[in-house]
Amino acid sequence: MNFDFSDDQKMLREQAQKFLAEKSSRKVVRDVLNDAAKSHDPALWKGVAEQGWLGVAIPEEFGGLGLGGLELCVLAEEIGRAVAPIPFSSTVYFFSEAILAAGSSDQKKALLPKVAGGEVIGAFAISEGPGAPSPSSIEATFDGAKLSGVKIPVTDGDIATHAVVLAREAGGTSLVLVDLNQAGVKRETLATLDPTRGHAKLTFNKAGAERLGKAGEGWNLAEAVLDRAAVLIAFEQLGGAQACLDMAVDYAKSRYAFSRQIGSFQAIKHKLADMYVAIELGRSNAYYGAWALSTESAQLPLAAAAARVAASDAYYFAAKENIQAHGGMGFTWEVDCHLFYRRAKLLAVQAGGPGVWKEKLVRRLELKNAA
Amino acid sequence: MDFNDAPEEAAFRAEARAWLEKTLSQPNAKASLRIEGPEGMKAAKAYQKKKAEAGYVGLTWRKDVGGRELPPIFSVIFGQEEAKFQAPMGPFAIGLGMCIPTVIAFHSPDKIKRYVGPALRGEEIWCQLFSEPSAGSDVAGLKTRAVRDGDDWVINGQKVWTSGAHYSDYGILLARTNPEKEKHKGLTMFVLNMKAPGVEVRPIHQMSGGSNFNEVYFNDVRIPDSERLGEVGNGWNVALVTLMNERLAVGGSSGPEYAEILELARNTPSPSGKGTLLQDQAFRERLASWYVSAEGYTLGKYRTMTALSKGQTPGPESSIGKILNANRMQDIGNAAIEAEDHYGIISDPALAPMQGAFHNAYMWAPGLRIAGGTDEILRNIIAERVLGLPQDVRVDKGVAYKDLPGGR
Repeated sequence: MNFDFSDDQKMLREQAQKFLAEKSSRKVVRDVLNDAAKSHDPALWKGVAEQGWLGVAIPEEFGGLGLGGLELCVLAEEIGRAVAPIPFSSTVYFFSEAILAAGSSDQKKALLPKVAGGEVIGAFAISEGPGAPSPSSIEATFDGAKLSGVKIPVTDGDIATHAVVLAREAGGTSLVLVDLNQAGVKRETLATLDPTRGHAKLTFNKAGAERLGKAGEGWNLAEAVLDRAAVLIAFEQLGGAQACLDMAVDYAKSRYAFSRQIGSFQAIKHKLADMYVAIELGRSNAYYGAWALSTESAQLPLAAAAARVAASDAYYFAAKENIQAHGGMGFTWEVDCHLFYRRAKLLAVQAGGPGVWKEKLVRRLELKNAA
Repeated sequence: MDFNDAPEEAAFRAEARAWLEKTLSQPNAKASLRIEGPEGMKAAKAYQKKKAEAGYVGLTWRKDVGGRELPPIFSVIFGQEEAKFQAPMGPFAIGLGMCIPTVIAFHSPDKIKRYVGPALRGEEIWCQLFSEPSAGSDVAGLKTRAVRDGDDWVINGQKVWTSGAHYSDYGILLARTNPEKEKHKGLTMFVLNMKAPGVEVRPIHQMSGGSNFNEVYFNDVRIPDSERLGEVGNGWNVALVTLMNERLAVGGSSGPEYAEILELARNTPSPSGKGTLLQDQAFRERLASWYVSAEGYTLGKYRTMTALSKGQTPGPESSIGKILNANRMQDIGNAAIEAEDHYGIISDPALAPMQGAFHNAYMWAPGLRIAGGTDEILRNIIAERVLGLPQDVRVDKGVAYKDLPGGR
């Protein structure tokens, strides 16, 4: 039994923690939060590229490090813990993974080395409006060469150089690869709950684009990308949730009320213990997702859904109860609790919300039980 | 990451599996741990004897007391394989898991020799006498008195929630030897002969209808001083060793799980009247949460096994398992009953789904949430020992037991 990360992977974690503590300090995060013109930290992005993180899971022949999904999970957890203001998830878990999964060798050769080098910022565009998308709800169209339609919201769509877009084509849907720096693409930035990550409405008007994968396979490919991303985002969520618990524990030890540390009150203890339970439950499920991801297991769809459901619940719970444990201080702009409360919500909905994933989980469980 | 045994673990698992197949020959994933009646006890004792002869009892114990000095992972592996069979091991779990390790740690060499062998072979059964009517979560507040009289101690008082007291031969007993001292410092641990004059065992009638536990009364019961475990006044530290062993002995969930209620929901109409309950969105969301909880528990055990396999000792973080399992059991039992609507009130095994397993879960779960550390105490343990939060303000620090409110 070896249901844990290896010593090398743990060393990578330590390096990542050290790097992010310095380069993605809370001050760096707040500089992005407080400046309406900024939606990421370019210096941090450059640093992350130099560390090789953007190409961790990209094979060496395409300019990456050729490591696996487990290393990516380790990095994801640390990025989540640091609330890093960079388009890492959009570029790596979605864009890069989509190209790795469905791209032709020309597409891989053209884009992956640039992803690894930090020149390409990727986005993944499915949503077109309120509510969970479905194969029949997609209205953006692709005619084999040109893309038209509206995608809203697109995480990191304000700064992305490229996007993978789900569009209707010949009665089905296809994934479409589009260069965002062209006349046929209009970007409008959006105000969101989490200003430490950029969001845009993208309008395509006969934008030049190419298909990614087979025509008509768009929805299935997107689902496969989402399954992998769900595991990676689960690790970001757990990193963030753990940071909330750590903050709450520190505060409960240092804050006095009624002449005693508030952490000595059972009302606080039990709240924090419940945070710990939720996080550990998420962690065990996420580990299984990581195993399924790294071994290309047939269990991945169910494991990914369980990881995502558990981690989304854990992060929301930890983020809101961290504020509660901080009392009035927790509701101020100056105390960092809200950075996590904001990010928790973005991560909970950006790859499909908890309701969607609970439904996926049960559907997959029914299949498994029927088998 | 992988789920494979290390080579020596795999070899041990194969050997254990082969022995179990030969000895029990009845694989059953839903092994029952309950022993009913004298026939069940006879079968359990016979199995235990074979198990001891084959060297599968006391795997982690010292060789000179009959153990094999193997790392704890081997106990876990044997337990996993054993759980796949209808192994009748119920009556020995407390004695071998908690009492005998305490005897080995604290008793004299000749007494260790006297007690360990018969317990190992299932010839003598042990129980644990800690909880009292007014000392449950706060067990160090117990009242049962032990007063020195010549070479003996004289015991008066009452214990409660003692599993297996009615068929036990011996018990380890925590009693108050000095009420003038602080409550944790006036306790001493003894080995009690359950057949001694003055020991009276009365079954507790549980709210679930069954009787799995007992009250034990002591009326001038005499224990020789040679049956003392550890120093006079050191009983609390001895008890901590016993309770530490409890952690390694915690079992899994024993009730219906997400898979069972999924099957039930497949054939039950939904509250909306349209389709089945399994098609009901609210039900599906709850099903997803139960799955995440159950899988999280199982996968958490794999993480514990990984730590054990690397020679690390699992800490109090395993307290999580019981909180999750007991609450999930209660919720699933409740949801299944409600799913049946008015019919759900019928618990008759001949009429109820799964022979009333959901009803049993509903009635048994309240006890599970209390036994072996309440949900609240387990949260305190996580908060204090895992998260490092300060202890609650203590009104009993520095005060003699006799001067405490509720003391004597």
